[in-house]
Formats: sequence, structure tokens, C-alpha cells
Amino acid sequence: MLSTNRVKKTKPPIIILLFLPSLYWIYLLLIGNLGVNPIEKLMDNLGEMALRLIILTLIISSLSDLKFFRSLVTLRRTIGLFAFYYVCLHFSTYIFLDHFFNFQFIIKDIIKRPFITFGFISFLCLIPMAITSFDGMIKKLGFNLWKKIHYLIYPAAILSSFHFFMLVRANKTEPLIYIGIIILLLSYRFYKKIFIRR
Amino acid sequence: MKKILPSEITPYSTYLNRRKFVKTASAFSIATSLSLSAKALHNNDSSKYISKLDENDELNTYEEITTYNNFYEFGMGKSDPSNNSSLFNPKPWTIKIEGLVEKPLEINLEDLLKKIQIEDRIYRLRCVEAWSMVIPWQGFPLSELIKIASPLSSAKYIQFVTIFRPEEMPGQKRRLLPWPYVEGLRMDEAMNPLTILSTGLYGHDLLNQNGAPLRLVVPWKYGFKSIKSIETIRFVEKQPSATWSMVAPNEYGFYSNVNNTVDHPRWSQATERRIGEFMRRPTLMFNGYEEEVAHLYKDMDLQTYY
Repeated sequence: MLSTNRVKKTKPPIIILLFLPSLYWIYLLLIGNLGVNPIEKLMDNLGEMALRLIILTLIISSLSDLKFFRSLVTLRRTIGLFAFYYVCLHFSTYIFLDHFFNFQFIIKDIIKRPFITFGFISFLCLIPMAITSFDGMIKKLGFNLWKKIHYLIYPAAILSSFHFFMLVRANKTEPLIYIGIIILLLSYRFYKKIFIRR
Repeated sequence: MKKILPSEITPYSTYLNRRKFVKTASAFSIATSLSLSAKALHNNDSSKYISKLDENDELNTYEEITTYNNFYEFGMGKSDPSNNSSLFNPKPWTIKIEGLVEKPLEINLEDLLKKIQIEDRIYRLRCVEAWSMVIPWQGFPLSELIKIASPLSSAKYIQFVTIFRPEEMPGQKRRLLPWPYVEGLRMDEAMNPLTILSTGLYGHDLLNQNGAPLRLVVPWKYGFKSIKSIETIRFVEKQPSATWSMVAPNEYGFYSNVNNTVDHPRWSQATERRIGEFMRRPTLMFNGYEEEVAHLYKDMDLQTYY
């Protein structure tokens, strides 16, 4: 069994590890080494990273049902917050670098283009989770309300994976893998809820 | 940006001579083209091209044009075509002309190039993904080839087919798209003087990632209409199928004219990012070639025929 202490010790290196890609990409962007269309590349990298981290938090939640992995839950919040961090960078790249605060255009884009609508709603879902993920929030809100808020991870995961799926022009293998994992994890949750009442 | 001396740029006459030389010394030509691609780093200060630029346009660099490509035959990423196309051998090349013509033909590209005059054409290329470039092509009007092909009067459309060589085109080993890639034009679009078959850019033979050795360039349509590495040109009576409009008919129409009023479900077509620029530009109707081509569609509802 992984002891909570051992898992806790891995937290600082994991935090550094999760920070590094964003710093590296921004560095590449600044030195002009992010390809010929750097804004698109940066946005894609950030978005993909965010989606992977969202899925990772779901995997940890399911894994923590196993006794051996239970202590991993202590990392879930860190990873979730980093997912939010990457979503924020992804969204700001879209607003600032891609459309340079042309809000008239951006609002139309969000309403008109389903894939952007999905991505945007997913971002909105993550906000209350991020706000209530600090120590003391569970106590302040009560566990039940807190838990309800954090169920938002499901719509966020589904919407962001479809956001990716709809963006890709051909060969949708990668987004389909993500959608598959999410469906698998979700069905496990439902199964647990219905058949294994605790 | 590093300035390149005018003397470092291959004069166009040399480039044409090199083409003639190829047929007599093909082994040597491989060495030549290798050294060519090695030193083929052009800058956009060739006065010859700049004088032909439209107002508000700047040439994209050779590097930009040859490393950022959509050519799924070599993979789906933008840099895949430049990274994965080294196995592709476009020499020698035979073009098949078939369908509603007086006599089906197979023409060797080198023979064809002896009959026609290569011209410079500087065009904006607008991708359906809302990015664009300005490219100095070399090529000849498609109408010249149509004349040689002498189609029957029943021929109303032309279908183009990209070569199918999965051994040399790694993307074709996977079903990313139904291969081979096909595209089509209506006869009047094909005959329009703007429509060219290109054999080079920046004074060099087309690199594999840009559609060597022969590709279509239709500057008022989205980039995917400008089919690359053409093997077959088929004259037909009915509107032919085109790959992207087969794959997703609600997203890509047969005409696919650059139209800032018809949005693609994924990309607004109102603006575009010119590669190399930070601020988006407004997209121009027919990619800025309205004067030359709008008459082709004067009785058509372009919202329906997108």
C-alpha cells in the first residue's frame, strides 16, 4: 500500500513537473521556436495538457477505491488545480493572442461554434471547483454541498473531450481514446452508485 | 532576419535550364536537387517577386511555406509533410489525361514543360482553417493543358487525382481520408486565367511537401481545393466527387470559394491569421480575387453552393 506520507513527499516534484511544460512552451513562443503558427501550437499544447490532467483526476478518483492507491487522493487536488491552470492559459491564449481582446468576435465565436461553446462551458464548470478547492472549504460548505460542486468534473470532462473531438478534422483516434476513458470511468461510477451502495 | 544577397538567389533562367538538364542527366539531377534543397533558404527580399505583390501583402518566407503544410498523405500534423516526405520520388512523372477527351493521353511532365511557358504568379493562399500565406509560385495556366488535352464539348467538369503510393506516402497507409485524394473544378473555373498548375515556388522545383512535381493552385478557393502531386486529370460531364466534401459534406462544399460570409462549423471565415503576423486580418471575398472571378458565380446562391 502506498502510504499517505510517501505520496505527500512526491508533491513538490510533481508540482514542478506540472509547471515545466507551460514554462517551456512560453519560452519557445518568446524565442520564436514554436513553429510557423506559434499561437495555434501554443493553444493546442495547453488545451491538450488540460484535458489530460482532467482525465488524470478522474482516474485517480476511481483508483482510490482500491486500497493500495487510496493515498493518491492527496494528489488529486494538485492535479485538478493544474488542469484549471492549463485551461486558464489555454483560454487566455485564445482571448489575447488569437483574437487580441476582440470581444465582439469572441462572444459570437463562443455562441456560434459548438466546439467553442463546449470548451467554454467546460471552463465555467471548472471555476467553482477551483474556488472551493482550498483547505477549510469542505468544512465551510459542508461535505455534501462541496461534493455536489465537485461533480462538475463530469460535465467538464465530457465537454472538453468533445471540444477536442470536434476540433480535429480527420483521424479522431486521440480524442476518441480520451472519450473512451471518460465513458469507462463514468460507467464505473454509475455501477458503483447503483449496485454497491455504501 | 538574415539578409540574403541577390547573388545567392538562383536566377530563374538557371532554374529553367536545370529543368531541361534533368532529362539528360537524371542521376546528376538528384545530386543537384539535393544541394538545391540544402541551400534553398530564401528570404522575402527578392525584388522580382516584391514588385508583383498586391498592396498590403508581404511574401511569406520559403521556410514558412515549406514547413507548415496540410498534406495528409504525409501525416496530419503541419510539420509532418516536411518531415515525412523524403521517400517520395516525383521524378520521372507521367500525367494521365482521360475521360471526355478526343484521345486519352499520358504525358511525361518534362515533355509537357517543353511545350509551355513557366510564369511567376504571386498568390494569397487561404486555408479553410483560417490561416493564410502569400506564395510566389511558378507554373502555367491550367487552360494551356486543357488545350493540349482537347476535351469534348460534353466535358463540363475536371476531376484531379493525387497519386497513390503508400510506400512513399506514409499517411496513405492509414485511412485518414479515403485515398486517393480527389478534387474537381467546373470547366469555366478551370479555364480562368488565375487557375494554374504549379511546378515550383521561389524559383525552385516544388518540394515534396508542397505537392511535387505538379499541383493545382486556385487562389480564390480554400487551400484544400488546390490538389497536390497530380497524377490523373479526368474530364467528366457531371460534378465530380471531391475528398473533403465526400468526408464531411456539411462542412466542405464542392465550390469552397473563400467566402467571409459563410462560416465553417469550426472556423469563422470572417478573419484569418496571415502566417508571420500577430493581428488577424479580415478575410476578403474570393480571397481578394473578386474582380477576376465573381462573374463565374453571378447567378448562384453562394450560401447554398458553398
